[in-house]
Amino acid sequence: MGDLAIFGFGPGGWGLALLEGALMTLLVSACGLLIGAAVGGLVAWARLSGRVFAGGVGQAYAALFRGLPELLIIYFVYFGTSTLLTETSRLFGYEGFVGVPSFAAGALAVGAISGAYQAEVFRAAYLAISRGELEAAVSVGMNRALLFRRIIAPQVLRFALPALGNLWQVALKDSSLISVTGLTELMRIAQVGAGSTHRPFAFYLGGAVLYLVMTVATTRVFDIAEARATRGMRRATG
Amino acid sequence: MDFDFISKTFVRLLAALPLTLSVWFLSVVLGGFIAAGVTWMRVSGVKPLELFARAYILVFRGTPLLIQLFVVYYGLASLPAVRASFAWGFLRDAFNCAALSLALCTAAYQAEIFRGALLAVPHGQVEAARACGMSRLLLFRRVIFPIALRYALPAYSTEMISMVKATALVSLITLWDVLSVALKIRNDTLVTYLPLILAGAIYFAVNYIIGAGLLALERRLSPHLKPRLT
Repeated sequence: MGDLAIFGFGPGGWGLALLEGALMTLLVSACGLLIGAAVGGLVAWARLSGRVFAGGVGQAYAALFRGLPELLIIYFVYFGTSTLLTETSRLFGYEGFVGVPSFAAGALAVGAISGAYQAEVFRAAYLAISRGELEAAVSVGMNRALLFRRIIAPQVLRFALPALGNLWQVALKDSSLISVTGLTELMRIAQVGAGSTHRPFAFYLGGAVLYLVMTVATTRVFDIAEARATRGMRRATG
Repeated sequence: MDFDFISKTFVRLLAALPLTLSVWFLSVVLGGFIAAGVTWMRVSGVKPLELFARAYILVFRGTPLLIQLFVVYYGLASLPAVRASFAWGFLRDAFNCAALSLALCTAAYQAEIFRGALLAVPHGQVEAARACGMSRLLLFRRVIFPIALRYALPAYSTEMISMVKATALVSLITLWDVLSVALKIRNDTLVTYLPLILAGAIYFAVNYIIGAGLLALERRLSPHLKPRLT
């Protein structure tokens, strides 16, 4: 088979499989980023709450998940949740192994890592909101929910957007590690293709090109979102 | 779970630490040299060199390290041309591939850190040095380098720590680093959490020590930024 024909869409071509893998990579990374936003929001809230215990827990979480290798976290979440589930189901009389779907474990692990970084981003973004605006909102009688919805959330998102774009790239790249759990995302498909055609160089290089296309294309999306979110804002430069 | 098992596991994991640390050290040092070259090209003002540096940074920062590692270890090794060349003696060893691949990747990140630090050097200082008649080399050695080093250190220490975490990937190319020993113990004993927790503690401790060391260096190099004693 020719050099490029293995990436084709005909019989024996790996084009479709690789594209499906790329789609899976995008899906699991996006789920990871969303889980990370939830985790990050909680951790940021804990750290900003002013309570000693909650603040300490938030700080410990951020330090832990930023200080441990991503691969170790993925193994831990994958094996850990499976063991937990197996032992729980044993309590209900079911004997045998219960595996957590690798998509769920992978998204959870990527989300747990991303959340530790997103917490810092959200915290910094909250601190960048001018105090005067918060005071003004309180003085016109907004309750906490309305204050959060109208004043805090829109600005936090706007300030956080550039950093979230970077964290999206990190999540996309971290998602390649989920291949160790057998999830058929791009990295895994490249491995399978490399194994069954005995052409690892072509497959890993092709996979790398697809990753690069995804990062570049999605960075554009974040750039457009940033331009839209900051329209009407004056800047110090440019 | 007994104490005997914990201590035995811990000793086995510690025995793998030298490999993790040597991959880390080699890749950071080699990566630093490559990064210096890439930074020089990036700021050289010569269009082709600048383009090359931009492309290098884009490719190595835009793709996962895991796939880069596999391109080098499994990919290059499968090419007949590489197997026939002198490079084979180097690339046939997983350790060399790991150090090379991690170095190439960190070089892209380090180059961006160096560039940011170079751009942050106040222009007035460079002008003053020129006005005193310093040669380009002296200017770099006495003015640009020391100032840029201080600006680069905080981001550099983050990169060093993320490289310690990146060494865990070498467990996937047959090397016995801390993580792969932990996985082997987990596999042999069917104890799920403990080996991974102990391995995590080792990585965390290493990162803590490196972070603290670099912070101390940072403070030492910038005594003028210390808070005043009233």
